Amino acid sequence: MDHFPKIRKMGERAYLVEFEQKISAEVLQKVLFYKEIIQKKLIKEKVEVINTYNSLLITWHESIEDAYSAFRELEKLIETANIQEKSQCRIFRIPVCYDESFGLDLAEISSAKNLSREEIIRLHSSANYVIYFIGFLPGFLYLGGLPDELHFPRRKEPRLEVQKGAVGIGEKQTGIYPQKSPGGWNIIGNSPVPLFEVHSDPPSPFLPGDRIRFYPVSGEEHEEISKQVESGEFKFKMAEDES
Amino acid sequence: MKAEVEVLHPGLFSSIQDGGRFGYRKYGVPQSGPMDNAASALANLLLQQERDTAVMEITLQGPKLKFLCPTQIVITGASLSPRLDEEELRNNRVYSVSAGQVLSFGKRISGSRAYLSIKNGFKTEEVLRSLSWSPGITQFSRLEKGMKLPFLGVNEKSISSLSSVGELDHLASEIVEAFPGPEFHLLSTTEKNMLQKSHFSVGRNSNRMGIQFEEELKNNLEPIITAPVIPGTVQLTPSGKIIALMRDCQTTGGYPRILQLSEAGINVLAQKVPGEKIRIKLIKYLKEVN
Repeated sequence: MDHFPKIRKMGERAYLVEFEQKISAEVLQKVLFYKEIIQKKLIKEKVEVINTYNSLLITWHESIEDAYSAFRELEKLIETANIQEKSQCRIFRIPVCYDESFGLDLAEISSAKNLSREEIIRLHSSANYVIYFIGFLPGFLYLGGLPDELHFPRRKEPRLEVQKGAVGIGEKQTGIYPQKSPGGWNIIGNSPVPLFEVHSDPPSPFLPGDRIRFYPVSGEEHEEISKQVESGEFKFKMAEDES
Repeated sequence: MKAEVEVLHPGLFSSIQDGGRFGYRKYGVPQSGPMDNAASALANLLLQQERDTAVMEITLQGPKLKFLCPTQIVITGASLSPRLDEEELRNNRVYSVSAGQVLSFGKRISGSRAYLSIKNGFKTEEVLRSLSWSPGITQFSRLEKGMKLPFLGVNEKSISSLSSVGELDHLASEIVEAFPGPEFHLLSTTEKNMLQKSHFSVGRNSNRMGIQFEEELKNNLEPIITAPVIPGTVQLTPSGKIIALMRDCQTTGGYPRILQLSEAGINVLAQKVPGEKIRIKLIKYLKEVN
C-alpha cells in the first residue's frame, strides 16, 4: 500500500510529490494546500511549484544545490502539516455562444444522447467547474465538474484544426481551446474571452482552485465581446460564491 | 552601438535560444532553451559572457548570415563546416568578424545542432522574460530569409584573446544517462532489461518537442492521470512508442513516464541525427533522496 503524499526526485532539478491516484475535488484541495505551504517555505529560492490533478512538481531554476537537505526539508514539511480548508474561491463567468455556426457537434451529441440542444446548453452552462490546472497548451484549463449527462467520447478522427475559443467535450471533461490547434473533442460552442495573452504578465488570469461558470450569449454578443477583447476593454465578470 | 545580422538564407531550421522560460510552466508554457545546454554554454563562456546569453541554435544545415557590424563569434556543438567568407572556421574558437562578412555552413560532419554565440548575445524580442523562440509564444519559431537579428555591437575590434578549447566529450557519446521515471516500477523485469540492453535509433519524427525512437517496447501499462512532464521525461505509449520529451515539450502528459534523462543525457540525445543509435544507461539518485 502506497503512502501518500509521496516525494520522489525527477531529474536533477525537480521533486515530484504524488497524491492519491484519482481525480477529485478533495484531492485537489489537499494538493493545493501542500502547494501553498511548499511555496511559502521555498519563497527565497528560485523555484516554481505547479500542480496537476494529483501531483506537485517543484522545479529549481538550476540544479538543486543540496538535494539531501531539500528533500529532508520537504519531507518534514509534508509530514507535519495540518490540512486546513480554504473557504473562498474566485468564480469567473465565461460567455459561450452555442449557435450552430460554432457548435459543430451539438447535433450529433443531441441525437446520440437524446437531449435537445436547449437541454445540452442548459446543463453545460448551469454547472460550476473547478480549475484543476493549466496544461496541454498554454492557457488550456483542465476543468472538473461536467454533468454526467454530457459525458461523450472523443471524436474517432481528430479535427486537424479547431478554432481558437472552441468549447468542447471529451469524455468526462469540458474545455476551451486557447489557440487554434488540432483536436479530438466534440465542439459545442465558442467563447471569445482571452485565455492566454503572451504579452501580459501573468499571461492567464486563472489559478488552480478557481471556479468557472459558462453563460450562453448570442452571436451578436459574441461579436461585441470579441471587439472588447481586441480593443483591450474586456474584463472578466466574476460571480458571487453561492456554494 | 546597435547592430544587426541579416539572414541571407535560413538553412534547415535555426532559432534563437537563451536559458528558457522559468516560472510560466503553471500557465502551460514550454520551458524551451538550447537542446544541448553544454554546447551553448561553452559558446558563451568562450566569449566570457553569461552561460544563458541568447545564441543561435542551428540544426543540420546552417544558414547564411551577413554581419552588418563588427563583432566576435564562437561556434560549438555539431560540426557543420562553417566558413567566414572564404576562411574555414573551427568550432570552439573565438573569431573576430568585420562588417559585411558572411558566415555560411557546408557539409555536416558530425552532430545535429551547432550553436552560434555572438559577443553580448542576440537581442531579439523578450517574451515572458525569455528570448527563446517557441511556437505559439514568440512571433517567430524559426529563422526566415530577410530577417535582421539585432545584437549589441562592439567598438574595438581587438579585444579578442582568440581563446579556444578542445571538443566536448558528449558529442561522440552513444550513452544516454537516465534515472528511473515515476512509472518505471510498473515495467516488468523483461521490459526493464530491454530498455537497458537494446540499442535505440533516433526516429525521423523528432524535433525540439520530442525525440521518438524507431524501436518499440511492447507493454501493458495503463495510461496515467495527466501529470507533470519536463524536458528529459521519457514516455511510453500503449502502442509501444518511446518518446523522449525535449526542451519545447508540453508541461503535462498522460503517458507513463518510464525514465527521466539526466541533463547530460538530454545533451547527448540532442546531438543525434535520425538513424543514429544510442543506449540507455540507468543511473540512480542518491539513496537518501528517494
